[in-house]
Amino acid sequence: MSGLTVRASKPFALSALSHPWSQLLWDGLVLPALAVGSGLVVGGIILQLAGYQALPAFSAMFTGAFGTVLSLSTTLLRATPLILAGLGMAIAFRCSMWNIGAEGQLYAGAIAATFVGVRLEGWPPLLAVPTVLLAAFAAGACWGFIPGILRVRLGASEVVTSIMLNYVGIYLTSYLVTGPMREPGGTFPQSSPLAAAARLPRVVRDVLAPILNGLGFDVQLPNLRLHIGILIAIGTAIILHFLLFRTTLGYQIRAVGYNPVAARHAGISQGRTVVLAMLISGGMAGLAGGIEITGPINRLLQGFSPGYGYEAIAVALMAHNTPLGILLSGLVFGALRSGAEFMQLRASIPVVLVFMIQGLVILFIMGYAARRLLRTGG
Amino acid sequence: MLWVRLLLEAAFRLGPPLLYAALGETFAERSGIINIGIEGLMLTGAFLGFIGTFSTGSYLVGLGSAVAGALVLGLAFAFLTITVRANQIVVGAALNIFSLGITGFFFRTSYGGLTTVRAISIETLPLLPIPLLSDIPFLGPVLFQQSLLVYLALLLVPLSFFIIHRTALGLAIQAVGEYPRAADTAGINVYRIRYLCTLIGAVLAGIGGAFLSIAHTGTFIENMTAGRGFIALAVVILGRWNPYGVLIGALTFGASFALQLRLQTAGTQVPYQFLQALPYIVTILAVTAFRSRIAAPKALAVPYTG
Repeated sequence: MSGLTVRASKPFALSALSHPWSQLLWDGLVLPALAVGSGLVVGGIILQLAGYQALPAFSAMFTGAFGTVLSLSTTLLRATPLILAGLGMAIAFRCSMWNIGAEGQLYAGAIAATFVGVRLEGWPPLLAVPTVLLAAFAAGACWGFIPGILRVRLGASEVVTSIMLNYVGIYLTSYLVTGPMREPGGTFPQSSPLAAAARLPRVVRDVLAPILNGLGFDVQLPNLRLHIGILIAIGTAIILHFLLFRTTLGYQIRAVGYNPVAARHAGISQGRTVVLAMLISGGMAGLAGGIEITGPINRLLQGFSPGYGYEAIAVALMAHNTPLGILLSGLVFGALRSGAEFMQLRASIPVVLVFMIQGLVILFIMGYAARRLLRTGG
Repeated sequence: MLWVRLLLEAAFRLGPPLLYAALGETFAERSGIINIGIEGLMLTGAFLGFIGTFSTGSYLVGLGSAVAGALVLGLAFAFLTITVRANQIVVGAALNIFSLGITGFFFRTSYGGLTTVRAISIETLPLLPIPLLSDIPFLGPVLFQQSLLVYLALLLVPLSFFIIHRTALGLAIQAVGEYPRAADTAGINVYRIRYLCTLIGAVLAGIGGAFLSIAHTGTFIENMTAGRGFIALAVVILGRWNPYGVLIGALTFGASFALQLRLQTAGTQVPYQFLQALPYIVTILAVTAFRSRIAAPKALAVPYTG
């Protein structure tokens, strides 16, 4: 291998499920928990050094993440794009494609979702929502296709090209909402709102309440912002788990990532596999962007993503690129963000702290995973 | 002609941050280490360079803080990727996220607010015209009316070339990057060389970042590197892992940034977002057009198990 191809290292073994249970438990739960704990401890020390009270801050963070029904809803709301984009990253990483471009793919998805979504007035929601999400997936896939095909055909480093496309996507969004897609007559740099039919149903108001009322319960439920995107995220995680571990394509993706030479000898087309992986990867990030637009935001805004695309990398890595594990790691990072937003309100601590803790968590995971490596001498 | 001169001058002002980072990354990659965390290292350098200068009034303190911060992060990167053999891309990405968080956090808590950011600034590093040489028509103002950090960056190019291509250390670095097993057999300490090169890379990225805040803008903005570290990665590829090639690459990108800024102020019909996106699109085209497979160090990004 040459260029900027990176060989898969230990955590990206062919199948996480081939490990003995004890190791799965260790890698999947104990290590990440230790790393999150260590990240929080170091984050707390830094908070103290900056002159804040770490314990009340973290207590506010916990309340903001899990304390009330509202905060639980926000946690799931934040976890949704992280899980979806994280799943996408896992597919690419499994194939040893370092797609750092989720942020741009997310914006591409959001643009497409908005473009289609504002035009679907009068459509039945059952048709409108899938159409919009499909458009988002397709746009993200296109954005992911570029680094994939450039890598395969011209040997261009996907690390560099995918990162550069992030900036292109962000500036393109900025151009569209100040130019062609700007709300007619509006003063803000934003698009028109989506057609009502294209918006994701909310879990409580549109799903839970009608069911309960239908069963004869007469209960007043809070109207939470949580939308069915979280169910879509869970569904796609299960689908991608099967894709990765139970289908030929999944096997090919893992084989190319694990040992490209062996994969070639086994007759697997490396180029085709890489491009397909990047299509799915970008598509999932695009879907995350589409879900944000059809769910909580409902229109295209400049810089609407607080860096979900970069967080998604951490989400995938913490779960060792296992789709089902990403449900958990996405939830953890969603809680972190939701808690930090509350902490900013309550304790005036900037929410960017989240990035610091996430970076630390990944560094700790790499460090801890390695301790075992050192003990056994590699 | 004036227009061209101004553009070139700007290229020599905007190129050095890339040049520092890319020269450092050249050392790292020549030894087999790819550090995509240089984006974060630059950001840390920009932040510490600014804060150090702002709070003491001394550029040297600012620069020293930037170097110290980059060294600490570089050491963490080296430990995790070389000793512990963790994946280099993963650790680099984590470093970027961490740097974005910690610089933003401290900037907001110390100097800004939660939502508003107070505008604070310093005098940028003074220009230091070189007597006689700066009087040369055209070339004089472009090359010899710059700040000390620009001269240092330009001097580092032949120095890096000399070290990599003309010394025993350079030979060792190349051997470690091409075929570490053989280097090890020949008695070269692979780990030590990789640590050294990673730290050189980190320090130079830190200085490159500090250049942005103390020599170019005179202020710090959150995420002000805006992908320059990543562009530096592309510059290394374009320069074919050769310091002189890297120089040309860095100046080309410096010029593309400068052109973009000039076009914006010149009030063209092109939407400004397209101009802002220009350097990034140029980067994609450049890494695509210059096929780099042959020139890359063979052991790049492959952990060594001795």
